[in-house]
Amino acid sequence: MDWEALTLSIKLSCYTVLFLIPLSIIAGRALAYGRFKGKSWVEALIMVPLVLPPTVIGYYLLVGLGSQSLIGSWVEQVFGQQLVFHFSGLVIASMLVNIPFAMQPIQRAFESIPADIRDAAACCGMSRWTTFIKVELPMVWPGVLTAFVLCFSHVLGEFGVVLMLGGSIAGETKTISIAIYDSVQAFDFDAAGVMSLILLLFAISALALTTSLSRRLGGQHERRSR
Amino acid sequence: MASAKDVPAIAAASSIKFALDDIAKQFSQDTGKRVRISYGSSGNFVAQIKHGAPFELFLSADRRYTQQLEQAGFTQGDGDIYALGKLVLAAPKNSPLQLDEQLNGVKALLASGKLSRFTIANPEHAPYGERARQVLQQLSLWQDIQPQLIYGENVSQAAQFALSGSTQGGIVALSLASAPRFKARANYIEIPQQYYQPLAQKMVLTKKAGDTAKAFYSYLQSDAAQAIFEQYGFGKGGN
Repeated sequence: MDWEALTLSIKLSCYTVLFLIPLSIIAGRALAYGRFKGKSWVEALIMVPLVLPPTVIGYYLLVGLGSQSLIGSWVEQVFGQQLVFHFSGLVIASMLVNIPFAMQPIQRAFESIPADIRDAAACCGMSRWTTFIKVELPMVWPGVLTAFVLCFSHVLGEFGVVLMLGGSIAGETKTISIAIYDSVQAFDFDAAGVMSLILLLFAISALALTTSLSRRLGGQHERRSR
Repeated sequence: MASAKDVPAIAAASSIKFALDDIAKQFSQDTGKRVRISYGSSGNFVAQIKHGAPFELFLSADRRYTQQLEQAGFTQGDGDIYALGKLVLAAPKNSPLQLDEQLNGVKALLASGKLSRFTIANPEHAPYGERARQVLQQLSLWQDIQPQLIYGENVSQAAQFALSGSTQGGIVALSLASAPRFKARANYIEIPQQYYQPLAQKMVLTKKAGDTAKAFYSYLQSDAAQAIFEQYGFGKGGN
């Protein structure tokens, strides 16, 4: 059992949701209420990571963030640290890969808020900001929670992109899924079995927890709105 | 960099996994210094190092890959051969494949239509795969065996396929086949070296190498390290 790899994966998951969820709340709300030209293209772009193979994303990131790329060399000059084969690169990569998992549930949650509730808030003289904090956020909470759990578990299992971009360096880019891959290649099926089981149990509990929590929260809203 | 924090990342061909793990352990005991080793296919490591991977030392399965890095200006010096790699024909314990040096068993099984899967490392970017292809070409099997071939991403994955029972066998590295975990599940026989170019496994320090990486580089040429390489079936290094 490679605890270092598990810790690293959890750390990666934490960073990803920490940055991605707030962004997704802003962007998800904008998409839910916004009416603009090319909206379906923006939505398609957001969904792309769902259907693209991780190797394709990994390849673009390797070339796009690598030391020879514009972004990569700029970051290296400013921060003295390259992005690829480094933890920071993995955070950026997993944020990009997880955009659909974060955006979808949050956007749907905003869309499901009845227009008359927002109208009522406006009639009461609430500012947009107060409406957002006091009315909208409590209502989209189940969507945010779903996004949180989906992202967190998905990062924990992310493989292809990490393999392309990470280089399997212990303590830096060797995540739990890479550790499983490595131990299978070293014929260590016991270690691979234990680590896979941990991930499986985690995934099932996370999903069960979200379902039950969002059911309970959703129930509250129904009672409140009655 | 402070020596306590100097834990260099090292890229190593997956064929030397078991030997190098032992050597790294011994190195830590003897010197108190640590290294972090990533295993994979040599070709991929060259690509990664060219894209800025922070590896300080690269142990290739073949000299061609260290040369590529050297020519592209990523190395310090031209490196040293640390071991000579050898090939084996391997088959899982329940396999119908008869093991022999001329691969007659493979031919017979292929002719009878009972060979459904045979594995080698990907010859496009894994040196052991490239040599396995040479062996199959030398023994006039290459054309006929094509539909049955399963490529491992590197020789370790090929070895894992070769013992898994989902293939009837494969050509893999002796250094992996001689590991206890492999021997518990599969049998193997060495392939005579006349059928393939020797695998001169070469290592090279990259431009990023620090003190610990350099110390490990020297350690790999020591008698202690060379004895471990030999224990795993490697031939002696040197230029």
